[in-house]
Amino acid sequence: MSDALIDAQGLTKRYGQFTAVDHLDLQIQEGEVFGFLGPNGSGKSTTILMLLGLTEPSEGHAQVCGFDPTREPLQVKRQVGYLPESVGFYNDLTGKENLLYMASLNKIPRPAAEHKAAEFLKMVDMTDAANQLVGQYSRGMKQRLGLAEVLMKDPRLVILDDPTLGLDPAGVQWLLQLIQEMSAQRQIAVFISSHQLQEVQRICHRVGIMSHGKLVLQGTVDDLMSQLESGGYLLEIEVSGGDGLSDVVKAIPGVQHCEAHGSRLVVQASKDVRSQVVAAVAEHGAGLLELRSHNSTLEDIYLRYFQEN
Amino acid sequence: MSAIFWKEMADHFGRRRFGLLFGLIITGILWGAFVLVREVDGSSVSVDAFLFLQIFTRSSGGLPPLLFFIGFFGPLVGIVLGFDSINSERTQGTLSRVLAQPIYRDTLFTGKFLAGLTTLVLIMLTLMISILGVGMFVMGLAPRGEEIIRLAGFALVTTAYLGFWLALAMTCSIFFRNTVTSALVALGAWLFFAIFVVALIAPLVADFFVPQDEIASAEEYLQNFNINLWVARFSPMTIFNEAAQTLLDPWGTRGARSLDLIAIIAPERLQGLLARPISAAQSLRLVWPHIIVLVSLVSTFLVASFFRFMREEIRS
Repeated sequence: MSDALIDAQGLTKRYGQFTAVDHLDLQIQEGEVFGFLGPNGSGKSTTILMLLGLTEPSEGHAQVCGFDPTREPLQVKRQVGYLPESVGFYNDLTGKENLLYMASLNKIPRPAAEHKAAEFLKMVDMTDAANQLVGQYSRGMKQRLGLAEVLMKDPRLVILDDPTLGLDPAGVQWLLQLIQEMSAQRQIAVFISSHQLQEVQRICHRVGIMSHGKLVLQGTVDDLMSQLESGGYLLEIEVSGGDGLSDVVKAIPGVQHCEAHGSRLVVQASKDVRSQVVAAVAEHGAGLLELRSHNSTLEDIYLRYFQEN
Repeated sequence: MSAIFWKEMADHFGRRRFGLLFGLIITGILWGAFVLVREVDGSSVSVDAFLFLQIFTRSSGGLPPLLFFIGFFGPLVGIVLGFDSINSERTQGTLSRVLAQPIYRDTLFTGKFLAGLTTLVLIMLTLMISILGVGMFVMGLAPRGEEIIRLAGFALVTTAYLGFWLALAMTCSIFFRNTVTSALVALGAWLFFAIFVVALIAPLVADFFVPQDEIASAEEYLQNFNINLWVARFSPMTIFNEAAQTLLDPWGTRGARSLDLIAIIAPERLQGLLARPISAAQSLRLVWPHIIVLVSLVSTFLVASFFRFMREEIRS
């Protein structure tokens, strides 16, 4: 028995012949922000449904906050806030009334609920829209209201299923920042599923990458980088008067490949060769206009991983 | 549970479709008032006249009795309140959020059912009390104790009957994800039971076993009638009509098909039978099986819904 907030072991879900989630092992610690990444249809949502007891696992078991979501769903749901993929509200109620209804389902007394609703609506910058009907809200506003709602029950863990879906870039930034602050200030663990890796990786302590129902990679972003760094470094330089430079660069130890595109050179190396390349350019008498090192982002890892398969 | 109950109650009374229900109530009251003014004779007050009950059972100038109105259109109210109770939450995306709160799934369903049933009871009581009020105003009489007992029994039967349609509609809302499909299936069931079973299938089956053209004796006629009756009893509407007639018509004079028939084939038996009205206690005893049948039909639907709903995957 571990003290992890989420502890899934061999979690499997089959629909007929199709295996949506295949023997998933996963641990999430208290206060951690975990990015659960993968393309659409890789089994992210199904995993979340199993963690919440909204569907039964075909095999394996999970413990969430120390309880089995299938057998003791209420214990789990008391401590876990869940924002579903396509979040919906009662359109004929106002934002505040929606929050108060959820509070009453959590048996939060009315005065406390009013107080919390005001606090969280302020946090997500929705105070002005609190008394508008949700039917008039934009998608971004609903997403923010959803975030306020999951906080109403003072959760230990918040599960967000693709919260950035359908938001504009500014909205995504704002929401993610909010999630990060929320987690840090309130010591809430966040389990965030997404296929938008670029954005989401920045706020995650750890990420896991799903593919065809399997968790293919798991660790901190740096860990994953080093796991995949074997692919090497990529440099892009722009020079003036660099005729014949590519042959010189190719001679540098560690450089595997060098290609010239006009005044641009694309260099692939097995180690960090930036200083050697700069020295070589100077020696060659060419002027260095720009040097860009492509640090692998998670997206590179992700794309690379899926290309490898 | 109470949170869901009050939320649903607020929904039922706040929504636009409540206008439809309100229209039905008004129609019912006008219907009753019309019958009252035209048919019920307040001048000849006799102890056994049951004037207040007659408002429900008498037809007037081509207008069927109010009882028929309740039996035929009451189901619509149940269907309107129930056909989208679960699937609209699903479409709206609120179902997964509600079920992620610390409540059991059956609490959601039961809360919704009770809220619907309470709404039905309130509508029915509004209708009945208004009609009694109009009656007291027009006739200048107060209903007697026995009339009140009989009306209370009638309210109980009606609650069970409307509850059946609510349970049926809510079951549809679980089994069919599309609200339109759900509404059509529920309305289809209503037409099937209201018209097909009673007016088409029952006589057809009876004629199959005892062809009407070849009826030679009273016994054969009775046989045909009994088959007809038993097939028709597969429709909750028949059950409701029988029970309501028994309760509201202590003389057994109006509309009770079995008594009409007795009058044709064995008039001598009828005389003894109807010398005095049946007592309220006897009537209640007669309709007890009807109430049990309706309540167990409701339970059947609820159990089917629970089984389907409890283990279902709730995707957003």
